[in-house]
Amino acid sequence: MSAVFEQIFQIGFLAAIIRIATPLAFATLGEMFSERAGVLNLGIEGIMLLCAMAGFTAASLSGSLWLGVLAAVLVGALMGALHAFFTVALGLSQHVCGIGVTLFSSGLAYFLYRLIFGQQSVPPSIDGFKPVPIPLLSDIPVLGPAVFNQFTLVYLAIIAVPLAAFVLYRTPWGLSVRMVGENPRAADSAGVSVIATRFQAVILGGALMGLAGAFLTMAQFNAFTFGVVSGRGWVAIALVVFGRWDPWRSAGAALLFAFVDALQLRMQASGLGHIPYEAFLMLPFIFTIVAMAFMSRNAVAPSALLKPFRREER
Amino acid sequence: MFRLEGRTSTPAWFNLALPLIAIVATLILCSGLIAIAGAGVADAYGVMLSASLGDSYAITETLVRAAPMIFTGLAVAIAFRAKFWNIGAEGQLLAGAVASCFVGAIPMPGYVAMLLMALAGAAAGAIVALVPATLRIKFKVDDVVSSLLLNSVIYYALMALIEGPWKDSFSGYPISPPIEDSADFPVLIEGTRLHVGVIAALIAAPLCWFLIARSTLGFRIRVTGENPEAARYGGINVQRVLTSAALLSGALAGLAGVGEVGGVHFQVMSDISPGYGYSGIVVAMLARLNPLGVVPAAIFLAAVMTGAEAMSRATGVPAFLSDVIQGTALLAMLVALLFTAYRIRRVGAS
Repeated sequence: MSAVFEQIFQIGFLAAIIRIATPLAFATLGEMFSERAGVLNLGIEGIMLLCAMAGFTAASLSGSLWLGVLAAVLVGALMGALHAFFTVALGLSQHVCGIGVTLFSSGLAYFLYRLIFGQQSVPPSIDGFKPVPIPLLSDIPVLGPAVFNQFTLVYLAIIAVPLAAFVLYRTPWGLSVRMVGENPRAADSAGVSVIATRFQAVILGGALMGLAGAFLTMAQFNAFTFGVVSGRGWVAIALVVFGRWDPWRSAGAALLFAFVDALQLRMQASGLGHIPYEAFLMLPFIFTIVAMAFMSRNAVAPSALLKPFRREER
Repeated sequence: MFRLEGRTSTPAWFNLALPLIAIVATLILCSGLIAIAGAGVADAYGVMLSASLGDSYAITETLVRAAPMIFTGLAVAIAFRAKFWNIGAEGQLLAGAVASCFVGAIPMPGYVAMLLMALAGAAAGAIVALVPATLRIKFKVDDVVSSLLLNSVIYYALMALIEGPWKDSFSGYPISPPIEDSADFPVLIEGTRLHVGVIAALIAAPLCWFLIARSTLGFRIRVTGENPEAARYGGINVQRVLTSAALLSGALAGLAGVGEVGGVHFQVMSDISPGYGYSGIVVAMLARLNPLGVVPAAIFLAAVMTGAEAMSRATGVPAFLSDVIQGTALLAMLVALLFTAYRIRRVGAS
């Protein structure tokens, strides 16, 4: 027992949890904003992949990692706008459009990547982000090296959570988002533009998904592979439900998932060599499904989720 | 001025016109990517067409590729009719492939093996589909999310099997041992890969149409999908209908895997499905969830996939163009479907 305990509280393990949680936190917050406004974005998996590709490509062509991040965010926002165009402006099925956006974005990511980089036996890589220790804070025992000696994008994610909560609960725009997600009719009567607000929320969500993709190819793996996202987008959708559409709880859900993921990585590495590593890769997904079974009964989604709004239909 | 106007009924020719409009729009949009890749648009599409439908051998190859997408397309069409959002056809296909490969490796007479492989594959797919359906009915878990997550679980389970206990000891590669030679599906035309499973897929489509359009269960599925409240009010056990639709959908997706094992690959490997489960969604939507429409829609996507590989070899345009075409076609079809709900009317300036 104490051996397990020691392993869990190793600094490296804590740091790994934070690192794994970062892209999930961005993606989950992005999906949450979109859903709070009443728009399910199943395009998330493909958007993350396309942004991972766009960020990697921009960074590797320009030599600037931050230009890569910017490209990923812009592409994410653009894909969010595309999804909003279909689901908000045209009022099409959010389920099927989301799948369409995912298929389109991942296809485009593969296509452009192959076009730009060709077929290479070893995928090209970049010199990714380096951890930036924060003075003083990184000297705190255990917590310091794990939390305050991380990539800048990790700090951004840590700031993004309270910021998202503030925007959602304390600003007029956040109120509009919540209104158009709960009762668009009432929001419309109160003079809030349902269409515009939903567009903004889905675009912001897409930009956050872009950050998630950027983190994968520029901090976590430093290369783009076709499996770089491998279900993280779908997981984020589950984490939003698990986090009950709240920024703090969603971030907590991302941390919990990251804990399970880091644990299975440790189990892969520790002497259980006769078990194929894929058996461990399943664990976080099974965990998420089981967690959903426990949480979904009491989870209350935004009332207008999945419902298109047309002003003239009363 | 133009105005959108509500529409209650649609003329019959819409069923044909809308997918065609969507496909033409898709090919026009994607021609931009061909141009970016530095190839002639007419050349590239020409190669795609001749390599997929240009001669009889190409046609058989396209049909072989269409077969799994006919099955997954039917699986999605039936599930979506009941508003059971089964995005898990990919995982159900893989489960069907694994189960049928296990059975096919047992020595027994060919026809018995074929039948048992189909049964095992269908059962495996149905069981996998039962998971999201049950989670939705009992625990209110969103079926989209659970069926998507389950795809990853099944994929990793398959990988664990072929990297571990089920690894082919003969080749040493992460692939399963092959099925018995006697269990290989008979080929219909000598010198091609056109196997019996393709015929099974072509027969399955009208059967599914009959089930949806003419049977009691089909009626219940349609009513449940269109208006669950009315269905409940009319004495339909909605949960049971959802479960039936899920079982049926999963079994069909499982059969897609059976055909790939019995007729194409004769064993299970990690890339046995290049996303046929997800393509099934595109197929079903192009077919407007009509099982009869699934066949031409699947053949179209199969032609794009087969053609894209030849196009890539001839012109250097990445074959991933076929993935972009699939996604674009799905979105274009959704937009085209707007015409079933609205019509554009010219109105005089007021």
